[in-house]
Amino acid sequence: MTPWYLLPEIGQLALILALLVASLQALLPLLGAQRGIAPLMAVARPAAFLQLALVALAFAILSHGFVAQDFSLRYVAGNSNSLLPVVYRYTAVWGAHEGSLLLWALILALWTAAVAQFSRSLPMPVVARVLGVMGVVAVGFLAFLIFTSNPFERLLPAAAEGRDLNPLLQDPGMIIHPPMLYLGYVGFSVPFAFAIASLLEGRIDAQWLRWTRPWTNVAWGFLTLGIALGSWWAYYELGWGGWWFWDPVENASFMPWLAGAALLHSQAATEKRGSFGGWTLLLAIAAFSLSLLGTFLVRSGVLTSVHAFAADPTRGLFVLVFLGIVIGGSLLLYALRAPDADANAKPFAAASRETLLLLNNLLLTTACAMVLLGTLYPLLADALQLGKISVGPPYFALMFLLLMAPLVALLPFGPLTRWQREDLASPLRMLAPWAGLAAIAGIAAFLLAPQGQWKTAIGILGACWVGFGTLRFLWSRLQMHGARLTREMLGMTLAHLGIAVFLVGALLVEGLNQQRELAVKPGQTVELGRHAFRFDGVAETRGPNYIADKGTVQVLRDGRIETTLHPEKRRYAAGGQVMTESGIAPGWLGDAYVALGEPLGGGSWALRVHIKPFVRWIWAGALLMALGGFVTATDRRFRSSRKESA
Amino acid sequence: MKTSRWLPLAVFAALAVLLAAGVWMSRKPDRDALPSPLIGKPAPAFALPVLHEPQRTVTLAALKGQPFLLNVWGSWCVECRVEHPVLTRFAETRRVRVIGYNWKDEPADALRWLEQFGNPFWLVLADVEGRQAIDWGIYGAPETFLVDRDGIIQWKHVGPLTDDIVAKELMPALQAIEGVR
Repeated sequence: MTPWYLLPEIGQLALILALLVASLQALLPLLGAQRGIAPLMAVARPAAFLQLALVALAFAILSHGFVAQDFSLRYVAGNSNSLLPVVYRYTAVWGAHEGSLLLWALILALWTAAVAQFSRSLPMPVVARVLGVMGVVAVGFLAFLIFTSNPFERLLPAAAEGRDLNPLLQDPGMIIHPPMLYLGYVGFSVPFAFAIASLLEGRIDAQWLRWTRPWTNVAWGFLTLGIALGSWWAYYELGWGGWWFWDPVENASFMPWLAGAALLHSQAATEKRGSFGGWTLLLAIAAFSLSLLGTFLVRSGVLTSVHAFAADPTRGLFVLVFLGIVIGGSLLLYALRAPDADANAKPFAAASRETLLLLNNLLLTTACAMVLLGTLYPLLADALQLGKISVGPPYFALMFLLLMAPLVALLPFGPLTRWQREDLASPLRMLAPWAGLAAIAGIAAFLLAPQGQWKTAIGILGACWVGFGTLRFLWSRLQMHGARLTREMLGMTLAHLGIAVFLVGALLVEGLNQQRELAVKPGQTVELGRHAFRFDGVAETRGPNYIADKGTVQVLRDGRIETTLHPEKRRYAAGGQVMTESGIAPGWLGDAYVALGEPLGGGSWALRVHIKPFVRWIWAGALLMALGGFVTATDRRFRSSRKESA
Repeated sequence: MKTSRWLPLAVFAALAVLLAAGVWMSRKPDRDALPSPLIGKPAPAFALPVLHEPQRTVTLAALKGQPFLLNVWGSWCVECRVEHPVLTRFAETRRVRVIGYNWKDEPADALRWLEQFGNPFWLVLADVEGRQAIDWGIYGAPETFLVDRDGIIQWKHVGPLTDDIVAKELMPALQAIEGVR
């Protein structure tokens, strides 16, 4: 027996110590800030760094357990296998419940340490409160890990072989999807902690608010990337050809995204004009609360979903109590301490950028509430014994169209409208020709589209309107004498262009998608639009931990061979699960998508072929939005706050 | 203005009650196993059109003689999609005829769903209005019934089938009725 054998016990110990440190980080600085005791406040920063070191140690030890194949750990034995390729041994760490919670805790510790490092410009009581609140959150998650979901639990005697990682997760997209998503979820804890600190302090300071804005932008950018990766992964891995299913787990990540998008905009208004102060605090609480709620929904097994995680009532109860303390506590504090009116707010007229931002917030939060309602309605119906009900895409799609259409219609006005008061004629005059051009493009799309004319036309109209309107803003900005284009404006422009690109993808793929499923024998050809797919048969191949039926399909366009695709059906050795790997020929104008179905006997196979026009634009749009968030965060104004305010 | 500040807390309190109910329901292991008064009783007589050939009607009498598994589903039902691979694997064993009961669904949607995910069914019956489902005591999808060759309901499961339920409940029930023969 080597001394390495005891590593998991050290990991366990590190987790317990991290819980203790987090408790100190939660209690002492908050107390110190309330009573004005400097030494207690000074605990916050060192505690944050120490907590990070301890959680990182635990994470490293669990990763070592996976790489070294220590099947005496229950979690490793349940989610790894000796045939699992090395890359996936690392990613298997967050492949199931316990490990993904540990990743959550690690990312929270990272954000906390980052706040401790980059908060030198803030007054100490504010830093102490922000880190203290993040400490409270860390206590909850570390206790959840240690008491209900211990990743270091031993299996004695050790298993001879592991059960293998869920094959759905053995994929490059899955390596980065959860970390990105969690960076977003947990990132919202910074504006949240700031909101709580402001409520405790009893006032909102523009300088502190300016300090939190880049954090919100970065968190939102990561969340956008995480959601986009998840959608991309579902597209090529699940073999359904869809990219968004309004599944409860997807909705769980989408709600904080919507609240976060509203928060980005209201923070800007509060920081620059002092308006909507209380509302910004409430949104900051909401964005993080929805992240926690998402974690609850995914981890408690209360809702059934295609993502089907383990259900465990004790865990559900624990998270529920934690939610009650954190969300209930902060909303109680909000009810008691929220600023009465915007004391420092500058007045604004009905026609002003403030009004437009208010509308933006109203539409985004209503959309968020609708998603929440649709997600929880089956649970409500079940609880009231109205039967088991599934709320499907028809509800979400209609509701979303109704709420997002006005948002898209108003979007180009936002940047072109001045704060406080605007003569409406000016932005109208600037945008009118572009609205006309977008309308012409929409009509042309309607006439040219071979099918799905309404969706195509609406997609083109909306995308052109947002795209042209945003570029019009950029142009007028660059023309203005002496005015510079700040990073904040550049980021906003990128994100709004991202919406235009996304609209093209989302609506055109809905309208113009073509698909056929049929039985084919080797040598037969399937025609679809201008493409033809020639099925050349199926051969058996072997992967490291699976056996696959690998099909060969030649994609022909106008009679010439364009590319060769290899859709697969993999049967994994350890669990026997069958997974589809679609064959995709990507392109900016559309993907050719082939999925292999069942063998039908006599050498023929079920084959599903799709043409997915502009589908890549969906993720390209999301990338632009995320980039916009990151670019905004680098604006110099956010960094030089100390000098400016001095 | 004072009362409006309490609104978020009130909304959250309502939400918390709902989530607590959810946790409460998921802690009961027999959440989905409402004892069916139909078990051991003859299956209700029905006459329903076939999804793929709407002119053709199938009755219970026509299905008797061999046992069959009746699976209630709809294209609108998320849990049916979860269950689908399990059902497909079971159907591939060809132990028993698997009959789909397409409930409260648009036939076009149902056909597209089968085309997209694969059709594990030997035959699909379409109950568009959901009238005849009342006789079966169906109150949600998915739901699955095992009917023996004399038309007696021998086993029932509410909610999605899992490999575990197939191995530990369905297979023994199937063996029992096959042993009777």
